[in-house]
Formats: sequence, structure tokens, C-alpha cells
Amino acid sequence: MVKYCELFYSFLKIGTFTIGGGYAMIPLMEQELVDRRGWMSREEFLDQLALSQSMPGVLAVNMATGLGYRLRGLRGAVSAIAGNIVMPIVFILILAILFRHFRDNIYVERFFMGVRPAVVALIAAPVFRLAQSAKITWGTCWIPLLSALLIWLFDVSPILIILAAVFLGFAYGRIKLKGDF
Amino acid sequence: MLFLQLFWSFLKIGLFTFGGGYAMIALIQSEVTVNHHWLTSQEFTDILAISQMTPGPVGINTATYTGYTAILNAGYDTWLAVFGALLASFAVILLPVVLMVVAVIFLKKMQGNKDNDNIFRVLRMTVVGLIAAAALQLLTVDSFGQPALSLQFLLSVAIFIAVFALALKRVSPILLILSAGVLGILAYTLLPV
Repeated sequence: MVKYCELFYSFLKIGTFTIGGGYAMIPLMEQELVDRRGWMSREEFLDQLALSQSMPGVLAVNMATGLGYRLRGLRGAVSAIAGNIVMPIVFILILAILFRHFRDNIYVERFFMGVRPAVVALIAAPVFRLAQSAKITWGTCWIPLLSALLIWLFDVSPILIILAAVFLGFAYGRIKLKGDF
Repeated sequence: MLFLQLFWSFLKIGLFTFGGGYAMIALIQSEVTVNHHWLTSQEFTDILAISQMTPGPVGINTATYTGYTAILNAGYDTWLAVFGALLASFAVILLPVVLMVVAVIFLKKMQGNKDNDNIFRVLRMTVVGLIAAAALQLLTVDSFGQPALSLQFLLSVAIFIAVFALALKRVSPILLILSAGVLGILAYTLLPV
């Protein structure tokens, strides 16, 4: 039986030492839980990964919830989530408090003048990578284009866009399935 | 009241985030800079930079930092701002955690459902648009400088193109952010801006 504190400690390590978000954490979680600790099979881990990606929320937290729950139920899920996010939150709060005092420093300001365009580029880059993995074709490229334009130019809430996408996917499947019969 | 609004905003953000941290950026942006004006676009860009450079899930980092700044900007003290940060992080994970536990329990019933597969095919395409919108909304004077032929604007465009190209080649984001920052310090200190 996996102990709560072991579960907490494993996710603490992963949360504290991974920079770059959820996708950077997945290989570390696999290594720790499957290879090093042997708490679950690779198949079960991959099942949880597929499920985490198809549910709403932060990927790393979804993984911690599902893996923790599979190992020790509700308390296991809470232990894993707490381990995963406690240090990042502490780091961010310390930085947020310090940044207030240094923000008006001329070198900090110059650092961020350089960083801002870089951040925009970092967000723009995955658009093209993800467009490939989402299998967007000439027939379906209006979906991401229309979504982006409605949000950008007309301030339409992304929540409405997501709801419309859910409806569209559901309706599309139903209509196409009927055609097949 | 502000705390309730903050909680409600991040509850919604958590529930409607599909496809990871980058997709969440558009949702947070829409809630905190467009709907509520809790943060300026420039503050939000700085938060995104710091959230990507520090360890942990980017969505949690961004929610924590945004919650902190929103409360502080409204005129409350540091401790209430820390409470706001914890509240935002808690709200953003609350519904997804509940749903995940339910999903693990009912996993067998969900696999191979045709409706489910179709919905996620369209969702994946939509999320690409959401991320593009987040990038487009950050193309502002705050991030790039005045688009007259100022040195800051030219340098910003150069940094944008270079980082974009290197990010496509999967160079580490931390390395790119740090390099852009050091370049900023050097250029704006040595050159007459």
C-alpha cells in the first residue's frame, strides 16, 4: 500500500524541479511512478494520460488527481495534488512580492522590454505545431480561424467558443453517422 | 465582492480549459484584462513571462500570480493579495479535480464513445484558434513599443521573429526568455533609446 507521504513526496519532487509546465512533467511522472517506484503499470499510466488530456483543467493537476486517486483514493488524490502545486505556489508568491519592489528598477524594466515580444512569440509558436497535431485541413481551417478572429476582434468570450465547439462536434458526428446508415 | 468575482472567474477558467496551459491563457486574458480590467495587458504579459520561467504547472503559476496582482491592484494589502492568489489557484483546479475523480470511477463507460471522439476532434482545432487569439491580443504597444520607427519597436520585432523561429525548433522557452531579457538590458543600456 502506497503511503500518503510517499505520494506527496514523489509529486513534490516533480512539481518543484520541472520548469515548462504539464508536458515537461509527464516523462518525470512516468519515470517516478512506473519505473522507480513500480506503483502502477505503464498501460495504466498511459490510460490516465489520455483521460487527463481529454478533461478540462491544468494537465499536471489532472494527472496528479487521476494517479493519486488510482493509488490511494480521494486522500491519495489530495496528497498528489498538494505535492504537485505547493512549491510552485510558494515560489510564485515570493517572486510576486519581490517583483513589486524591483519593478521600477531601470534594469528590470529593460529586461522586461526585451522579454515581452519574446513571450508573444512563445505563445504564437505552438499554434503552428498544434495545428498539425489537431489534423486541421483546408475544409476545417475555418474553425480555428473563426475562433481566433471572434475573440481577437470582437472580444467574444473563449467560453462561448468552447461551448460552440462542443455543440458542433456533437452535431457533426450525429449528422455524419446518420448519413452512413 | 471582488474575492467572489475572482473565485467565480477562475472557476469558469478551470472548467473551460481544454488542451493545457497555453489554451488557458486566452481564457484568463479574456476574464482579467477584457471583462474585469483587473490587470493591464502589460502586467499580464510580465506574469506570463515569470510563470513560464518558474517551476510548476504554467496554469497554476499564472492563476496564482494573476490572483495576487488583481487583489493588490484593487488596493488591498499583501496578505489579502496572497489570499487572492490561493483563492484563484483553488478555484481553477476545483471543478477539474471533481470531474477527474468522477471520470476515473466511470472510465469504462466513457472510452470509445463516438460523440466524445467527435467533440474532442473539434475542440482540438478550436484550441488552436484560442491560442492564436491569445498571441494576437498581446500584439500591443505595451509589448512592442510605438510602431513609429523607434528603436524599441524595431528591436521588439527582431526579438519576436528570432524567438518565434527558435521556438519552432523547440529551443527551451526559459533559455529564450532569459536571452531576450539580457538582450533587452544590453541594448537599452548601451544604445541611445
